[in-house]
Amino acid sequence: MKLRLKFFARIREQLGCDGEVLEAPAGVATVAALRNFLVARGENWQQALSGNRVLRVAVNQDMAEPDTPLCDGDEVAFFPPVTGG
Amino acid sequence: MAVRVQEQDFDAGAEMSRLRASRADVGAVASFVGVVRDSNDGASVGSMTLEHYPGMTEKSIQAIIDQAKERWKIFDALVIHRVGELKPRDQIVLVAVTGSHRGEAFAACEFIMDFLKTRAPFWKKEQTQQGARWVDARVSDDAAAARWSSTTPKAGR
Repeated sequence: MKLRLKFFARIREQLGCDGEVLEAPAGVATVAALRNFLVARGENWQQALSGNRVLRVAVNQDMAEPDTPLCDGDEVAFFPPVTGG
Repeated sequence: MAVRVQEQDFDAGAEMSRLRASRADVGAVASFVGVVRDSNDGASVGSMTLEHYPGMTEKSIQAIIDQAKERWKIFDALVIHRVGELKPRDQIVLVAVTGSHRGEAFAACEFIMDFLKTRAPFWKKEQTQQGARWVDARVSDDAAAARWSSTTPKAGR
């Protein structure tokens, strides 16, 4: 399953990249599973995306929850709570 | 209905004149302009950079406007939000709403602004004398948005 990942603001800076195309392994079927998969990549990823940090996830540009299912081709964005206006 | 995300400044007066002139049954134009302050959380702010999520930003603001239209009898709503580098005294955001009467227009304008602050994917990074820092989301903004779920909408007039 191919996912298009996007990272914004503090998370983009911590990871040093604004996104990637990921060939997700079997079992990465929800937002929570994807987050766990990315956190396991290493210290940098853990610091940016671990459960201690409040972060928001959007799937195909709609706000998502940990149990939101992922499908092939989805755009998944990770970002901090918003601060516009 | 319109949502614009742009780097350049806007003329709030001209935008409101256009909204007012668009139809003859407009009796009220309510608006809000957000401005960059020169200090935040005890530090002086020299400038800030606004980042956003192109595509989702416009979509999420349009969804907020659609909700406001369902909830109040309003005619039109315009949101202009700037991105990029901004300095103190610069305008950040305009929300303008037209309706027959002020009650609906005021309420819808405040509702759109409260939800924009908690739902639309913008992030501010401030340049202060101590260096650059990302602005943290405020609990008071969540509270401002949450109170709309406990208020019953005003009856249409």
